Amino acid sequence: MADFGFKLSKSSTLDLDRTDTRVYDILCKTDPDIRTCMACGSCSASCTAAPFCGMSMRKVILALQRGQDVRPMLGKCMLCGKCTMVCPRGINTRHLILSICKYYD
Amino acid sequence: MIYEGKQKIWSDYQKEIPDDHWYYVRSCIRQNFFPASERMFTEITRGVLGKDVYETPYHTTCGGIAYHCDTIPQETVMTIVARQFALMTEAGYENYVASCITSFGNYSETLETWREFPELETKIRENLWKACRREFKKPKYLAHSSDLIYHWREEIAKKGRFRLVNRETGEPLRIVEHIGCHYAKMFPHKGVGGAEYPYVLAGMVESWGGQVVDYPERRHCCGYGFRQYHVKANRGYSVSNTHKKFESMEPFHPDAIITNCPGCPYFLDRWQYVIAEQTGKTYGRDGFGIPVFTYEEIAGLVLGYDPWDLGLQLHQVAVEPFLDKIGIEYDPKAKYLGLNREDIMRPGLPDSIKCF
Repeated sequence: MADFGFKLSKSSTLDLDRTDTRVYDILCKTDPDIRTCMACGSCSASCTAAPFCGMSMRKVILALQRGQDVRPMLGKCMLCGKCTMVCPRGINTRHLILSICKYYD
Repeated sequence: MIYEGKQKIWSDYQKEIPDDHWYYVRSCIRQNFFPASERMFTEITRGVLGKDVYETPYHTTCGGIAYHCDTIPQETVMTIVARQFALMTEAGYENYVASCITSFGNYSETLETWREFPELETKIRENLWKACRREFKKPKYLAHSSDLIYHWREEIAKKGRFRLVNRETGEPLRIVEHIGCHYAKMFPHKGVGGAEYPYVLAGMVESWGGQVVDYPERRHCCGYGFRQYHVKANRGYSVSNTHKKFESMEPFHPDAIITNCPGCPYFLDRWQYVIAEQTGKTYGRDGFGIPVFTYEEIAGLVLGYDPWDLGLQLHQVAVEPFLDKIGIEYDPKAKYLGLNREDIMRPGLPDSIKCF
């Protein structure tokens, strides 16, 4: 293969026809408050683990909506519950994480 | 759908194109990329259609490449543009036609800027007078050369020897039309059909017997984008854009691509080789790519010109399968003979994409 000094980068386009949103759909039934998330990022800002390992509840919810795998992120959560305390929409994010874990188990 | 409303929207994006007396300005890069295209434009307009199309050797760059690469300010570009208008005024013409899409965008931007800020026009007139003692009138009509070929498309079809039809099956050939971004995306009312539904190339394809392919990334950039390609570190971004377009059009099996911009045919053509080298994938049939043509080249083929006189040997992707589909005769041995019938040497052929 010729080396041109540059290469193709993967497209970040989401094909919504091929997106697998099963986990998000189930969570909408078990934890309907997930629908009220407005992606403000308060959960991520207050997260104890975030500065050390990149944990972000906002990204987890966004990834679920996009049908992406969130398992690597979940392992970083310490279940301290600070995100639940600061959520302006009152979403029980701690419970949400447990529900996601339950689904994957 | 309110049909009358749609008709009104469509009529807003129709463009008045005078039938004769045009002052023609060439592109900086087209003559290197596809050298016979502009030659074919003058040949078709003057020779075949008998129109008055004038050009002068004093014409220079419009400054578009430097402007879009952020190396010169707009005031400098406007003064260069003013000089081109002065040359047109001196030659006694009022209709200005540019061969380059970026130039066309540049002229449109300059005229719009002057319309909105008349004091800037006064300043540029002063700059031009100080720089070279010239004065100018603004063109009455501004067009891109594809607008003119679109305007005369039916006449070309009538005089044509070939149609964009598969001679074996009788089916119209499937053509992807790709419009340069600076044609109508900046000033939709300046282009035929506006930014959303530009009809300039689709009209040619339909008049000449082909079928236009609609695909999801139809209006996506070819990937050139001045600051994407000219900065080497960004070239991966450039080729990724082209890759995205080809992935999107692949399921529709196009026979060819027609373009009206200097950069688009070059990058859609050359990047197919780079993509084939990097991924091993080709988008045409049997290991070939999808041939990419300028609208003058397609017009020349329809009119029956020799493919090698149209400069098709300079394409990266082999054009022969497309010529065979239409039934255009060509001499494979004459592919690399110059105008003086002497050998112009052969390029190295890649393994990743089939070429002749």
